[in-house]
Amino acid sequence: MSIKAQFRLSYSGFMLDAELDLPGRGVTALFGHSGSGKTTLLRCIAGLERGAGQLEVNGEIWQDAKRFVPTHQRPLGYVFQDARLFAHLSVRGNLEYGMRRTTSADFSRFDSVIELLGLGPLLDRLPVRLSGGEQQRVAIARALLTAPRLLLMDEPLASLDQARKEEILPYLERLHDELEIPMLYVSHAADEVARLADHIVVMEGGRAVAQGPLGEILTRLDLPICLGEDVGAVFAATVAERDAEWHLARVEFDGGELWVRDSGAAPGSRVRLRILARDVSIATSHHDDVSIMNLLPATVVALAGEDHPSLALVQLRIGGTTLLARLTRRSAQRLDLVPGRQVWVQIKAVALVG
Amino acid sequence: MNPADLAAIWLTLKLATITTLLLLLIGTPIAWWLARTRSWWKGPVGAVVALPIVLPPTVLGFYLLVVMGPQGVVGQFTQWAGIGLLPFTFWGLVVASVFYSMPFVVQPIQNAFEAIGEGPLEAAATLRAAPLDAFFSIAVPLAKPGFITASILGFAHTVGEFGVVLMIGGNIPDKTRVVSVQIYDHVEALEYTQAHWLSGGMVVFSFLVLLALYTLNPSGRQRMR
Repeated sequence: MSIKAQFRLSYSGFMLDAELDLPGRGVTALFGHSGSGKTTLLRCIAGLERGAGQLEVNGEIWQDAKRFVPTHQRPLGYVFQDARLFAHLSVRGNLEYGMRRTTSADFSRFDSVIELLGLGPLLDRLPVRLSGGEQQRVAIARALLTAPRLLLMDEPLASLDQARKEEILPYLERLHDELEIPMLYVSHAADEVARLADHIVVMEGGRAVAQGPLGEILTRLDLPICLGEDVGAVFAATVAERDAEWHLARVEFDGGELWVRDSGAAPGSRVRLRILARDVSIATSHHDDVSIMNLLPATVVALAGEDHPSLALVQLRIGGTTLLARLTRRSAQRLDLVPGRQVWVQIKAVALVG
Repeated sequence: MNPADLAAIWLTLKLATITTLLLLLIGTPIAWWLARTRSWWKGPVGAVVALPIVLPPTVLGFYLLVVMGPQGVVGQFTQWAGIGLLPFTFWGLVVASVFYSMPFVVQPIQNAFEAIGEGPLEAAATLRAAPLDAFFSIAVPLAKPGFITASILGFAHTVGEFGVVLMIGGNIPDKTRVVSVQIYDHVEALEYTQAHWLSGGMVVFSFLVLLALYTLNPSGRQRMR
């Protein structure tokens, strides 16, 4: 089960030259700045753009030197940045459009997809009568109803304001949990990627400069991801205990445990944590007299410079988990942070991201 | 109105209806191609289609007469095919009208197709619609206002033609004598009353057509704003 792709395509001032080898399940984020070629790559995979190269999706060849399967014969679902609903059809008409044309469509799924995306009350409306968020939900359902074997999403939240994004993200998270097919998700927003992706491909200048599991790639120091303020680690944890008095929850991860704000998740459920590098500080000895709850022993793995010459990024290992800390280069020198050094990390904020 | 006037009206309506239907058949693929091609030929083909807007109808009629005449390419073909010669027949008039009204049908449809853009068609392709399927299920319904405008303008423009008819059709009752020619005949014969009936009818007809265009059709409404 895998997706292997290799494309070359050039037009005025832009060159895509990317090679991908992705897992055949889970959510893979294509991440990069605008103009890095991530949308073009997605369009190549869909067959909407014809570059030279090859594409194999879970054992099926969609493109090689001899063959080019046209878009309408590829079993994929595509969600565009602008929902692209058909203005002359009702929501129901839009949803049925692809379903009717799919031989393998399972009409019994209609109700469960409607339920999943909360579209019941909208079925008889025309697209012009929907908000941007509602349109995008219809577009996602429309793609799902064709029983795709690969789901492609091109910045489905980029044209929405923050409130609308928050309205759709829970649906996407449910999709992530329930969907059994691979999903490629184009985005330039680090928080979306942190919430949704299992794997990540970092695009820059038309090339895939890194690809791998999210936690691993996000904490690498050698990548020009340029997340700026958003640089940080994302990893999985399990809720162990809820403290009703202080509204906190204790979560366990590979390497230790943390106290986080109680999100209501039941003990035993899997959660995803995000710790930004700017929220992590380092001490060389253990102190009890600080306000910070989460103090963990860690090992310094590596250091790297940051955009600003005063700053340094420190890669830390806690058991099987990698964290990043941002401090000034002066502090790094004063604390004598060198690879292999045992330190205490103080974590100011942990975000539960789905 | 005398029987000759009624015959002219009937002939005019028949000519305009057949011409409009033929133009929708011929003009739609041309409009589709013009709206979507990136070919170098887009400019020249678009210009040729638009020529009747600027040319005097007599010029168009003259060349059609030459080409469809006994010595012309088309004329030799139609003779060889056993159809005979087209000039001074009803079907010759239909052919001429198709050329004459072509831009009034092609351009609104082309504009409508261009306004739709690639987006909905790409979406249709990702929803398993083959290109022809997407054309009929997405492009045509979305371009409906363009088709309505095209039909009305094509019909009305054909009803109003005069110069081309004189050159190609002459003035043969029940075959090529349309309303505009009949009015000319009445005026020549100083039959002003009859000329008034027909001319007034044309004014009312034209007004109603444009009124329909501007009030019923959403794209027509937008244009008025």
